[in-house]
Amino acid sequence: MLAYALRRLVLAIPLLIGITFVSFVVIHLAPGDPTQIITGGDPSLVHDPKLYQQLIQEYGLDKPLHVQYWNWLKRLLRLDFGKSFAPHARPVLTMIGERLPITLLLNVVEMLIILALAVPIGVLSATRQYSTFDKITTMFVFVGFATPDFWLALLLMILFGIQLGWLPISGLRSMNAEYLSFWQQQWDFLSHLALPILVATFGGLAGFSRYMRQSMLEVVRQDYIQSARAKGLAERVVIGKHALRNALLPIVTILGLSLPGLIGGSVIVESIFAIPGMGQLMVQAAFERDYPVLMGNLVVVSTLTLFANLLADLAYSFVDPRIRVGRRRR
Amino acid sequence: MRSFWKAFKRNKLALIGGVVVACLALLAVLAPAISPWDPNRPDVKRILEPPSGRHLFGTDQLGRDVLSRMLYGSQVSLAVGFVSVGIAATIGILLGAAAGYHGGLVDAATMRLVDLMLVFPRFFLLLAVLAFLKPSIWTIMTVIGFTGWMGVARLVRAEFLALKEREFVMWSQSTGASAFRIIWRHILPNAMGPVLVAMTLGIPAAILTESGLSFLGLGVQPPRATWGNILNEGKDAIELAWWLSVYPGLAILATVLSYNLLGEGIRDALDPRLRQSAGRVVSRGR
Repeated sequence: MLAYALRRLVLAIPLLIGITFVSFVVIHLAPGDPTQIITGGDPSLVHDPKLYQQLIQEYGLDKPLHVQYWNWLKRLLRLDFGKSFAPHARPVLTMIGERLPITLLLNVVEMLIILALAVPIGVLSATRQYSTFDKITTMFVFVGFATPDFWLALLLMILFGIQLGWLPISGLRSMNAEYLSFWQQQWDFLSHLALPILVATFGGLAGFSRYMRQSMLEVVRQDYIQSARAKGLAERVVIGKHALRNALLPIVTILGLSLPGLIGGSVIVESIFAIPGMGQLMVQAAFERDYPVLMGNLVVVSTLTLFANLLADLAYSFVDPRIRVGRRRR
Repeated sequence: MRSFWKAFKRNKLALIGGVVVACLALLAVLAPAISPWDPNRPDVKRILEPPSGRHLFGTDQLGRDVLSRMLYGSQVSLAVGFVSVGIAATIGILLGAAAGYHGGLVDAATMRLVDLMLVFPRFFLLLAVLAFLKPSIWTIMTVIGFTGWMGVARLVRAEFLALKEREFVMWSQSTGASAFRIIWRHILPNAMGPVLVAMTLGIPAAILTESGLSFLGLGVQPPRATWGNILNEGKDAIELAWWLSVYPGLAILATVLSYNLLGEGIRDALDPRLRQSAGRVVSRGR
């Protein structure tokens, strides 16, 4: 197990370097002089020779690209992500540090809810294939796949936020949160999270319940399920214990694979509901062409995804020892 | 081919999907002829009017007709869907074929590149690229295409790995045919089924991605109407005008749903075994 984990960890190193390379290249693909991009082509800035020189010096823009990349990489190793181009010029790492916990919280809660709902839905529709329940969930899956999350967010905002007035539609805290009691503050926080989490869960739920159904359908056809039934076990035990355990295996991998999608979804959810997380930071940085923030975000988010994938792989090999000895799953 | 049609026709949902897809394409092409109003003509006297006989889907903040803007917007969705999937499929086929046919180092390098690209949450990558490019429909198509080829590459590689061991390939290798000829004339045509399915399912994913980007304001820019940027305006008027938010979203939903039904129908009709393998969660347009 340890050897396998170490091997996977070593294999992740070229991917990590690749992440920094892609992030660097992507931002430097832009045509034209980077200083013009930084200053937004604002002549008052570009034509001030002193400021112009300062920018070039500070970011080493006069050096060839490979030197720029090398210098950036060296700073990354010291966890120095540079400073934002915004007037406040705060360190990128600090900005990410403030926002990462919120995005992680959203995604972890989202994942837990998805699993808690998708597993029973998938099992039920697989064991009752072609029943009314199965047909309804299949329909839900197709509609779930096709519903744009930002549109669902708008509809829910109109319904619960504006028409009914039950839930707040933006931010994480009310204006008067400081004056509330401790428990009221917690309730306030939760009610702000309700709609974003509902929206974020919806699309993923469709996919996962579909997978769970598929996985379960395959397992129930196996011989060992037949023999479990043959030896007279109750159907509840056959399904709930023998079949479920095996059907859950592929879900671990799919969890890892769908992580980039779930995290990417937080871009939309966070910017609609004005939640100060990584996604919202990314959108703001894209509008302001704040390239240290963009590069830093890209590196942090993809590195986290890489390690989460790794973790999913390890978890999978832990629950299913066949993987460790057999060929790598691709 | 005949057995394909027989299987496909039995699938009512897929048929409906196909008909809706065709109708939507027709509406997009005919948009200039059937739009009741000029999509970009403001009318200050009729700002944010609710749906009526005069404006079936109401008007927006500038008094423009929402229905006409949606009809023109469907052109954008259609174009983005087809062109970006075309780009993604071209890259995916080229890399996947090279990797699958040659194996060895080419294969290892290509597959590591696929792994690498899949580590990036797509929206983060898209935003980073779009921040520095002039936002236009062409940029959007290209960027969506260049960040969405990995699925096709994997698929084509897998098909090639299986097909290159078959007798007909070995036969043409023994006749001294060039690798280029074997790949294009012998293997690829046999690998196209799953690729076509992936492309059909890629179109709605690209449409969702484009509308999401336009909704954020980083996609196709106003005044050019797209479903995404009408929804963006809808968000600003969320307390005043539900029709700005409801109709364009329904259009996206219906379009994506029909393409998905059509794509899954084609897949099941081509080969029922494929049902088990396609990665749907991952291919969702984020």
